[in-house]
Amino acid sequence: MIRDITIGQYFFGKSFIHKMDARMKILISLFFIILIFLCKNFFSLGLVAAFTVFILSISKIPFKLILKSLKPIIIIVVFTAFLNLFYTKGGKTLYEFWVFEITLKGVYSAIFMAVRIICLVAGTSLLTYTTTPTSLTNAIESLLSPLKRLHVDVHTFAMMMTLALRFIPTLIEEIDRIMSAQKARGADLESGGLVKRARALIPIFIPLFVSAFRRAYELAYAMECRCYNGGKGRTSMKKMHFTYRDGVAFAVIALLTAGIFILNFNIRAVI
Amino acid sequence: MKETLIEFKNVSFSYDNEEQTPSQAVKDITFSVRKGEFIAILGHNGSGKSTVAKLTNAILLPEKGEVLINGMNTKDESLTFDIRRTVGMVFQNPDNQIVATIVEDDVAFGPENLGVEPAEIRHRVDEALKTVGMYEYREKEPYKLSGGQKQRVAIAGILAMQTECIVLDESTAMLDPRGRREVMNTIRTLNREKGITVLYITHFMDEAVEADRVLAMNDGEIMLDGTPHEVFAQSEKIRAAGLDVPQAAELSQMLIEDGLNLGRVALTVDECISDLLAILEVSR
Ligand SMILES: Nc1ncnc2c1ncn2[C@@H]1O[C@H](COP(=O)(O)OP(=O)(O)OP(=O)(O)O)[C@@H](O)[C@H]1O
Ligand SMILES: [Mg+2]
Repeated sequence: MIRDITIGQYFFGKSFIHKMDARMKILISLFFIILIFLCKNFFSLGLVAAFTVFILSISKIPFKLILKSLKPIIIIVVFTAFLNLFYTKGGKTLYEFWVFEITLKGVYSAIFMAVRIICLVAGTSLLTYTTTPTSLTNAIESLLSPLKRLHVDVHTFAMMMTLALRFIPTLIEEIDRIMSAQKARGADLESGGLVKRARALIPIFIPLFVSAFRRAYELAYAMECRCYNGGKGRTSMKKMHFTYRDGVAFAVIALLTAGIFILNFNIRAVI
Repeated sequence: MKETLIEFKNVSFSYDNEEQTPSQAVKDITFSVRKGEFIAILGHNGSGKSTVAKLTNAILLPEKGEVLINGMNTKDESLTFDIRRTVGMVFQNPDNQIVATIVEDDVAFGPENLGVEPAEIRHRVDEALKTVGMYEYREKEPYKLSGGQKQRVAIAGILAMQTECIVLDESTAMLDPRGRREVMNTIRTLNREKGITVLYITHFMDEAVEADRVLAMNDGEIMLDGTPHEVFAQSEKIRAAGLDVPQAAELSQMLIEDGLNLGRVALTVDECISDLLAILEVSR
């Protein structure tokens, strides 16, 4: 189960999206979230859904992987859909029992919310799937660099993120190893009530923390040995630069925005 | 006689211990390393090998005495940067020294810190990865590599900094025989073809045998210093310090003690065989 986590995972590829500037991808992802919440009806949401499918398909990320990344949010999707189904009232009543009443509007809003969340997760996870963590943090550093004027240590923040991402797989492996070691000593991690299970995690997390600190200590030595001194006078092998691709992406997003606004307001007048 | 690269002058060091009275990890050590030498450092657990390694690039500073790198004193803070770009270090656990999530980005980390031009970094990274035979893996994630491969990436990271000397602190200890072979071959090529000075700390006698010179440490002191033949000929002392003698050396020494005129203590199986064959030829 622990190995299913795909946060911050990068999938090697050479697609249009892979080759875009990471800064552009971050900005577009943020804007995309706003766009999703600007959708007011099925027409504009349909456009966003079509756009999501489009970018996913040109990224050439295997469809299976995308489904896998959606797996952890199924519960949230189902839960919100149910809430909307029962609590949105209006329109024709479709079904009724005891205190529950399912209305046409409820069904609509349930579908609407589900599509919205799926687009949100699928669209934004594309950012980490197509961008190496290094360029991601470089991009964040570059986007936040105006904050340097306010004496915010942007470089250290970006380095911390790089290291955190770098150590996710290592620590996941470590948790696996410690869990097996504790099980071999007879630890029971799977049965009992919530409290008992929470307590069973203590012998997992204490060794994990101890080893994480030891690793951090050694890593700090290794970084010092490689002349790291907090980013002063540091250069970067991969210079970021905007290309025609980012221009194209910008134009596409502008069109999408226009499309959403038109569908939001005008379709109703047309119909 | 080539120039001196590393010079230890009466160096002592002890770690600050709150619990006990501080015991010296390194006691009054004096030795020097010439440019282009391949030196193996041997010693039992806790004999002070890692402490010596960390003293060479100002990670630790000597308590008494001084350490000079190319004439630069490690105590001078303004020289720390230059010292670290002269002496690079590879540690035991590859997982704890890889900084980036992509192989080539990790190799670029050192040169980036040195402020090298981007195009030049690209060139150095490619060269370094080719030298250690990891070029095809440049876009892979390090956690998907084997231990030996990770360690070679770590070596490439130091190579890309173009240091004159590489210190390897038990860098093969966590590897299987094949991974050890990979790393050892890489290091030997670097030493022979690029003239890089190597300080190779190890527990494995068969690796020490391949060095030009062996330093054997015991309880913070340098007990023996010489060519592998000179050092392993003193098997008594070596064993007393809790170290093993290579099997070939043990056999040929026993034969010599029994009065066989082998002429030298063989260090490798191949040497032992050829010595014995030579004796057999003579006796025919
Ligand atoms: N961080 C530390 N704090 C306190 N004492 C230490 C520390 N590191 C090492 N020592 C002590 O210093 C002595 C020498 O340690 P050092 O790590 O140099 O040995 P070593 O030869 O590298 O051993 P090993 O083969 O186990 O790596 C040991 O007695 C050890 O207990
Ligand atoms: Mg050590």
